[in-house]
Amino acid sequence: MIPATGKPSLAPKARLRFDRISGGDMLLYPERGLALNGTAASILKLCDGDRTVEGIVGELHREYLDRTDDDVRHEVSEFLEDLLKRGLLRVLG
Amino acid sequence: MTEAHRPYTLVAELTYACPLHCVYCSNPVDLARHAATLDTASWLRVLREAEGLGVVQVNLTGGEPLLRQDLEEIVEEAHRLDLYTNLITSGIPLERERLARLRALGLSNVQVSIQDSRPAGSDRIAGTEAFHRKLAVARWVKELGFPLTLNTVLHRENLDHVEEVVALAEELHADRLELANTQYLGWALANRRALIPARAQIEKARSIAAAARTRLEGRMEVLFVVPDYYAEFPPSCMDGWGRRFLVVSPDGLLLPCLLAHTLPDLTFANVREGPLADLWNDSPGMNAFRGESWMPDPCRTCDKRTVDFGGCRCQAYHLTGNAAATDPACTLSPHHGLVEGAREEAVAPGAHLVPFRYRWPRA
Repeated sequence: MIPATGKPSLAPKARLRFDRISGGDMLLYPERGLALNGTAASILKLCDGDRTVEGIVGELHREYLDRTDDDVRHEVSEFLEDLLKRGLLRVLG
Repeated sequence: MTEAHRPYTLVAELTYACPLHCVYCSNPVDLARHAATLDTASWLRVLREAEGLGVVQVNLTGGEPLLRQDLEEIVEEAHRLDLYTNLITSGIPLERERLARLRALGLSNVQVSIQDSRPAGSDRIAGTEAFHRKLAVARWVKELGFPLTLNTVLHRENLDHVEEVVALAEELHADRLELANTQYLGWALANRRALIPARAQIEKARSIAAAARTRLEGRMEVLFVVPDYYAEFPPSCMDGWGRRFLVVSPDGLLLPCLLAHTLPDLTFANVREGPLADLWNDSPGMNAFRGESWMPDPCRTCDKRTVDFGGCRCQAYHLTGNAAATDPACTLSPHHGLVEGAREEAVAPGAHLVPFRYRWPRA
């Protein structure tokens, strides 16, 4: 489990790139790429190594007002855990 | 262009020249036949137009891409285009200063090949003394802040060393380990009798790799690629013909895979002939095996045709003489006996006495 006070950032091998053709963002890493949906891209853009997980949840909640706080928290932590398992995320703190 | 045929990866084979002589090299066996290599300006144009077509990653490979003196310019342009750029290298010849320069120019990832966990075995496969220099390069890669991919091609002589290869990758702090079994095409087909392993060897190595993948989750990505000869169904070669990979050979041919130009009766365009988009969409060779209309039985009615796209066309041709045949690696192929026969070579008496045919000339 990533703690709420953990500060996530992309691993050195991963990079976000806007994809002109789909109009969405992609997460690129060696020999692979993930097409991100809007929420996933919003989460990753906030993973700057300064913001905490709880801070990211707060900012996203402001962006997605139709969702409950718990809903957003669940989605953020599930997504970040998945990236951590893939070695695409670093968490400090 | 539709999403069905959108290239995501450009495989830029910058040269067929290489200081190594690996016995399973995926380059064509008639290296010397190929024409003049593309110049710098052409490669820069290929990068720009590939990006325009949808490419987001570029693999700079060969041969040995470090032999190109214009590698820096190519990396710089790829970075300007915001492409994720992988250098696929033997690590030879390379100075630390040059690697640092490539880092500053925006190279994203470095993949270093190690032929075995043991120096003698590694140098024997490469046909030259290289093992210790490769380890030094792998260390520089990490010291300079790059992600490191370690790639080891597996075969009869090193499959029993997979545990050591994993340990070496950990010691080098690799971010990704590719344990890729030899696929029997190119030079590897010429050396098949000397390289093909027995099934038990593969099964044991696969379970070691699986355990390492679990243990190293989040730290190191561990990939284990089974040889087609031991798969029940063929994998989707290159994600299907002319769908996701755009390959440009050293002499400028636009190809769907590294060996498509070894198939007879196909015409591939040279990137010198026109805009990449036109060639990608319209070149007869690129369209030869797109879609399903070319498929024979049993592929045309098979549930797996949308998963494996009929398997590998080069394997079909080099084993059966017919590029449109069902991939003989598939257990449903009427030619599957060719693959079963090759597997028997692995356990035949005297199998260990077959000499290597080294990749030669240097091209």
